[in-house]
This record gives sequence, C-alpha cells and structure tokens, in this order.
Amino acid sequence: MNPPPSATAKRNGPALQATGLVVHLGGRFVLEVPSLAVERGEVLAIIGPNGSGKSTLLQALALLVPLTSGELYFEGESVHPGSDLVALRRRMAVVFQEPLLLNMSVRENVTMGLRLRGLSQSQVACRADFWLQRFGIASLAMRHARALSGGEAQRASLARAFALEPEVLFLDEPFAALDAPTRAELIESLVTVLRETGVTTVFVTHDRNEALALGHRVGVLMDGRLRQLDRPEVVFGAPVDLEVAAFVGMETVLPGRVLAQEESLALVQVSGSRVEVVSDLPPGREVLVCLRPEDVTLHAPHNGGPSSSARNRLRGRVSRLSPRGALVAVTVECGFPLVATVTRRSALDMALSLGQQVDVTFKASAAHLIPR
Amino acid sequence: MDLIVDGFRQAIALMLGLDRELLRVTWLSLQVSGSATFLSLLIGIPLGTFLALNRFPGRHLVISLVNTGMGLPPVVVGLFVTIMLWRNGPLGLLHLLYTPMAMVIAQCIIAAPIVTGLTLAAMQSLNPRLRLQLLALGASRWQMLWLLVREARLPLLAAVMAGFGGVISEIGASMMVGGNILGQTRVLTTATVMETSKGNFALAIALSIVLLLLVYAINLFLTHIQQQGRAP
Repeated sequence: MNPPPSATAKRNGPALQATGLVVHLGGRFVLEVPSLAVERGEVLAIIGPNGSGKSTLLQALALLVPLTSGELYFEGESVHPGSDLVALRRRMAVVFQEPLLLNMSVRENVTMGLRLRGLSQSQVACRADFWLQRFGIASLAMRHARALSGGEAQRASLARAFALEPEVLFLDEPFAALDAPTRAELIESLVTVLRETGVTTVFVTHDRNEALALGHRVGVLMDGRLRQLDRPEVVFGAPVDLEVAAFVGMETVLPGRVLAQEESLALVQVSGSRVEVVSDLPPGREVLVCLRPEDVTLHAPHNGGPSSSARNRLRGRVSRLSPRGALVAVTVECGFPLVATVTRRSALDMALSLGQQVDVTFKASAAHLIPR
Repeated sequence: MDLIVDGFRQAIALMLGLDRELLRVTWLSLQVSGSATFLSLLIGIPLGTFLALNRFPGRHLVISLVNTGMGLPPVVVGLFVTIMLWRNGPLGLLHLLYTPMAMVIAQCIIAAPIVTGLTLAAMQSLNPRLRLQLLALGASRWQMLWLLVREARLPLLAAVMAGFGGVISEIGASMMVGGNILGQTRVLTTATVMETSKGNFALAIALSIVLLLLVYAINLFLTHIQQQGRAP
C-alpha cells in the first residue's frame, strides 16, 4: 500500500464531491450514492461485481452521464445544468476498458485531446513526446492505431489521458481486456506513473487485486449502492456485511455467537467448536465469522501442545480439493467447512487426499466478525 | 453480329474524334449528377448522422421511410417533381421544368435517401463508446461530430459512390423533368434511349461505353481515396 502523496494540492477540500447522487438510465435505477468525496491526490478504487453501477458512477463523476438528482462539486465548484461541461471535462481525462483509439496514427491519437483544447503545436509535441516515452510506445508513434496489439493500444490510451495533465483521472477497468502478463506489466507502469504524478484518480475495477495494488482507499459498490469505503486493509479485512465479504474474497463465512469477550478477544461458538477472534463485540451477539483462504494454514495432525491463545487450531478431514491456478483450495470439514489455499507444492508435500485428517490454524486477528 | 461490331467501330471513332455532341452530353451528365450527389450529401450526411446518434419517438418510422426511399423508383420521383414544377403546379412560377435544375432536384431526391441510409449504417457501425471517449477527451459537440464523421469516412465514401452511381445511371426522372432537349437537358442515359429507338446503334453504344467508363473512373477515384485511408 502506498501512502497518499503529501499535499500536492493547491487548494483545500476534496477534488470531487458528490452528495445525494442518483442516476437512472432509461428509467431504470442504476446508482444511489448519498455522499462521496474524492480527496485530492488520492487513488480511489471502486470495486464491485458486474452490473453494480461502477462504470455509471465513474461516468457520473466524469460528467459524462447526467445525474437524475444530486449535487456534484468539482474542485469546490458546483456542477449544475448550466455549467460549461466541455470546459470542466477538459480538466479531466478518462481511460476506458477498450482503448477506443481513432483511425489515425498513435501520435495523432495521443495528441488528439490536446489539439481539441487548441494548445500550441510546440506544447502538443512536447507533451506527446514525453508521454509516448513514459509509456514505452515512442517507437510506435508513427504506427497506425489499428496495427497495435491490445496492450500497446491501452498504453496509447493511457498516454493520451496523461498527456492532458488532468486534475482528475478516471480509469474504467483499463486492464480487463488484457491477458495476464500484459496486465501485470501495465499495472506496474501505472503504479509508478500514478505515484510520480500524484494525480487524483478514480479507478473502477472488478478485480480485487488491482484495487489492492493501486487504491489508497477502496469503495465497494453493489446494486448501485456504496456499501463500504475505507482503507484497503479495512475493506478486505473487515467487510461490513456478508455480500461485501463474499465479494472481497472471504470464502469462509460461518454463523456463530459470541460467548465471552476479554481484552478485544472474543470467544465465538461456531457449531461444535470455539474460536477466538479479535473483536470488541459483546457476548451474546450473533455474528458471522469471516476468513480468507490465504489466512488459513494446514498442518499434519499432532496431539498435545496447547494452541497459543492468539491462534485457533481445529481438527478436521479434507472434504474437497480444487486446483486454482498455482494454488489448491482445500476444504476441511471440522464441524463446518473451512477453506484454505496452499501452494501445489505443499499440497504434494503433505500428500493431501480426500478424507485425510489435518489440523487447520488461523490467527485470531485474521478472522473477522460481522455482527448480524 | 455485324450490327454490334459496326456499332463498336463507329462508337470508338466517335469517342476518339471527340464528337461535340457526345462531349456536351457527357459534360451535362457529370454536371447534373455531380451537383445532385453533392446536394444529397449536404442533406444525407447530417440527417443520417442525426438518426444514428439520437433516440426520439418516431425514429423507427423515419428510418423505415429512409430505407424505403433508398429503393425509390426514379419514375415516381420524376412524376411528382413534374407535377410540382408543372406550369400550374405549386412551384410552376419558378419555370424550372425541362431545365437541368429540375433534373438536379429530381436526382437529389433519388440520391438523398441512399446517402442518408448508408450514412446511418456507417455511423451505427462505429463503436458506441467512441462518443463517450470523445466527450471525455474534451471534444465539444461539433468537434465530436466531426471526428465521428471522420472515423466513418470509409463507409461514407461508399455512400457517395452509391449515391452518384444511382443518379448517373437513372433515366426515368431525367427524361420526365428534363425532357431530353438537345443541347439543354440531354444526358447520357436519355440520349442512349433516344438513339436506340431511332436505330442509331453506333451512337447509342458510344454513349453507353462513355457512361460505363465515367462511372468506373469516378468509382476508381473514390475507391483510391477510400483504400488509402485504410490501415496497412
């Protein structure tokens, strides 16, 4: 996680602020966000499943979709129906999932936004050269846009946006259509450029890892509503509700009840077992215990040796093994199903097989309780 | 067989000798159909673009009318333009009947739906998100429209070719509103019909060959422009 860049700002207050924002498209409800502020210099990642309204939120903030109701402030300036939207949009830039390059050379594409603004030739050339270079496509400048690969085209699209030196940058799933290696490369370039420029950025994605890699804050949008907005570790470690938990990758979600509470450590009854979880919830509360599979570790069963207070140890039998890329997801039945991921290598080393007895451990701080 | 061979021989002689009547007819054809195509572009490109980019009640009705218009029989156009321009007709005061202007009007009415329909198709073939990207790039409404038309330039040139091809080869309307008057409203198609009916096959063949060459040359030129704009 990168800390937000220190005050690159000229003015105070958020770069973008929305209150009571409601968007209906074609008479259908799409989005309702009572309040949202994009702080100057921050990268705000908005995640959510497909159709959750992420793109609409981005387009509304980028002044590309009219609000059904609500108010929007851009750099403290109220945006209203009479505002000069073209002038305001010229202080922003948007990169979409598709590169959407025009039928002309790469260089002409990168300079298009600048030429629309009527900048002088020398300024246009200077900025274009810089950003073509910065995204590693200077050698492709004279190439026709249609002759580019997907990754090259998206680089051109990013260069075109950065060349505008926007006050706010909007990225709408810019990597979703790319293959994995290209995506990784481009994310790395983008992380560096974002850190260098410190530009205020709204980044929409359905990929949790991209949000973690780029976001200073993460917002979770579901069914058109912003369910949670916080630092990434909070959103991913302490999701506010079950749906957010499921979306951010809490695979194990178990109903339980707090039995006791002592020094921020709750003893929770889950089926026939008891687990300890870092939480301030009082005894008697019905809760959901959430666990990420990567926070659960597997061990060969051994007897004796009391488990440490901060570490939960449960015994169970392997009920399911499912390969997941370089990892294997192991479901262990210990009165309730618990999902853990291990590398293929350790799965081999442990000779995991169905029905095998194993111990699972997880830290009290790795689990998260959602009150019900 | 002799008839055809003879006809071709005489036709070539007429063309090589730059027969005055042949030149005059050819030049008028070009002028009338060229002007009509140009006017139809002025109507068809904005209208087609408007229909492609906007949603409004009755849009489907308008589009189906345009599509019907793409197959409008020239004779029907000729009839109605004649009625309108008739001495006692609504526009009779303009004294346009049997003038090249009347032919331009009729041909423009024939070409405009073709250009409109093909422009509509060309603009709709663009990625709909491109509009959003152009606005996001800071384009004003006119800058956006210009760039969209520019993006659709290849299929738009096809619209130009189809419009021109439709009117230069058209005969019914030209005959009715122009009258095939020697030296005034005689064009390649009307002259061909007349010479054929008089049994002047040589001249008729010469006129047809010129017509074909003309259409071919214009399309070759437009195709050249069009294919130059393509990616390597």
